[in-house]
Amino acid sequence: MPFAVYLNVAVGGVLTGLVYGLMALGLSVIFGVVRVVNFAHGEMMTIAMFIAVVLFAWFHIDPLIMLVPIAAVLFVFGYALQAALINPFVRRPEHSQFLLLVALAIVISNALLIIFGPDARSVQTAYAYQSFQLGPLIIDAAKGYAGLAAIVFTAALFAFFRATPIGTAIRACADNYTGAQVVGLNVKQLYALTFGLGAACVGAAGTMLTLIVDTTPMVGPSYTLLAFVIVITGGLGSMPGALIGGVLIGLTEALAGLLFTPSAKSMFAFAILVLVLLLRPYGILGRRPS
Amino acid sequence: MIARLTAGVSRRAAVALALLSAALLIAPWVVNDYLLTILILILYFAYTGQAWNIMMGFAGQLSLGHALYIGLGGYVAATLFTRFGVAPWLGLLAAMPVAALCGAIVGYLAFRFGVTGVYFAILTIAFAEFARIGFDHWDFVNATSGLFLPVKQYTHNDLWRLRGDPTMFYYVILAATAAALLLCQLLIRSRTGYFWRAIREDERAARAVGVDAFRYKMIAVMVSAAVTAFAGVFYAFFYNNLFPEQVFSLPRSIEIILGPVIGGIGTLFGPILGAFVLTGLAETLNSALTAFGVDLPGVTQVFYGLCLLIVIAALPDGVWPPLARRLGLSEDKK
Repeated sequence: MPFAVYLNVAVGGVLTGLVYGLMALGLSVIFGVVRVVNFAHGEMMTIAMFIAVVLFAWFHIDPLIMLVPIAAVLFVFGYALQAALINPFVRRPEHSQFLLLVALAIVISNALLIIFGPDARSVQTAYAYQSFQLGPLIIDAAKGYAGLAAIVFTAALFAFFRATPIGTAIRACADNYTGAQVVGLNVKQLYALTFGLGAACVGAAGTMLTLIVDTTPMVGPSYTLLAFVIVITGGLGSMPGALIGGVLIGLTEALAGLLFTPSAKSMFAFAILVLVLLLRPYGILGRRPS
Repeated sequence: MIARLTAGVSRRAAVALALLSAALLIAPWVVNDYLLTILILILYFAYTGQAWNIMMGFAGQLSLGHALYIGLGGYVAATLFTRFGVAPWLGLLAAMPVAALCGAIVGYLAFRFGVTGVYFAILTIAFAEFARIGFDHWDFVNATSGLFLPVKQYTHNDLWRLRGDPTMFYYVILAATAAALLLCQLLIRSRTGYFWRAIREDERAARAVGVDAFRYKMIAVMVSAAVTAFAGVFYAFFYNNLFPEQVFSLPRSIEIILGPVIGGIGTLFGPILGAFVLTGLAETLNSALTAFGVDLPGVTQVFYGLCLLIVIAALPDGVWPPLARRLGLSEDKK
């Protein structure tokens, strides 16, 4: 195969990986602050995917326009979820949290199954089959837009955490729970905000993924797993780590699909995860918890 | 050893256990085929829950990938049976070491390199998923088309080759569940069991007083994996088919965990009670919804998920500890 083929597949993998990275970023932000692993992450993303698909089918609204509104809807969902259901579980053992979120995941995916049925749905935009050409590079337009939007959304989130008072307060909660309470921060509310932001990430990522993949009610678990693989590879709790992990996994999957068989591609993602866990147990950019 | 078997069991608990055993022993004469199948399912989950509980409940190591050991057990015994005509009980002698070896690999990699907590849990998922995709592409075990055991009408039950009617399978899994309960009681009262609980409560403190945490965590993973492997063999010979997508999948691992978490982690009877509660709940929901004429796919699961949410929110320690206190059957504090 000519070199250009590899290059094109690699670029496609990186762009998809950016969207994966944004999805995983949500998981990482939630874990980094609330210390709860969101086992319903993929299922939450499926909600966003269905909103985007349905809006497109009924009103022909381009998913890229709906990016921010859908992220906002998921933010409200995540906020309510943390405030009502998860806050009492924050101090409980891991298996207890795990069960809570697994139960939630079961409810979400089956509720979607009841409402939308088991069939796969997709979004056919005008630019679905367009592409840009840069020298030997041919970039799929949908993937290009999705990757770009992922970068913009991530940058906005970074800015929020670095430059706003609320972002700083949330980081304070993550660094020192007791200290944050001592200086009078409303930790429960900040946790709810954080979970909302994590949910907004999956909202945005899910909306963009509809441009790239088909949507069914049962895709949730595989994306939850993918998000785990990415954040652990990049470093659970590290924001840049999630993006780097996403790009790395996206690239690996794309190249493995080309060189071996597409159905075996996630095996390579898991192989990378195992390798990273052994060489750097807390991920590429993660820090050992003290 | 006899003293250890009866240690911490009150007279009241012993009577209750004897009554339950008697009821389960005569069950096949009383219930119809449908209920018998459900009882088999309940005992299957009671067994796997106990096996998982050895690792999580006793030693505090959260595994979310126990489907790996189910799948390995099933595939080893079924392959030996279909390809070489090896009887399942001999196959079990191969399946258990294979599962224990894989458990040892997962445990070694995790414990040696300081992978703990959530990271360990996700590593166990990764290995199960790795196996699922690997078996999907392995032609020797028929890859995605699955492995089938020959089925024909049996004139008599062949216990040695595990070919027969549901009643035979019922007694096999009942015996296995009872054996697992005895094993857990022996383990929890053994030196190893005390070390496990020390590690579960505070690993650093345990190490400080000289417990070889690495060694005892390895023993927990290997024992748990080997015990789980039998459930895989049972699954293969009861259902007569194996697909990587089904036996190694994450939902399979979650099913195993639900029983002990709902029943009560770290207790002896919790996993068994949890299996009864959950499978009973699922089947009741099924029949109730069918009776009301609701026939949408997914409705049962939504109710099931909601029930799980309510139970876990209301009873963080599981159903068994408060129930046991109420009935005066408390196991002494572990």
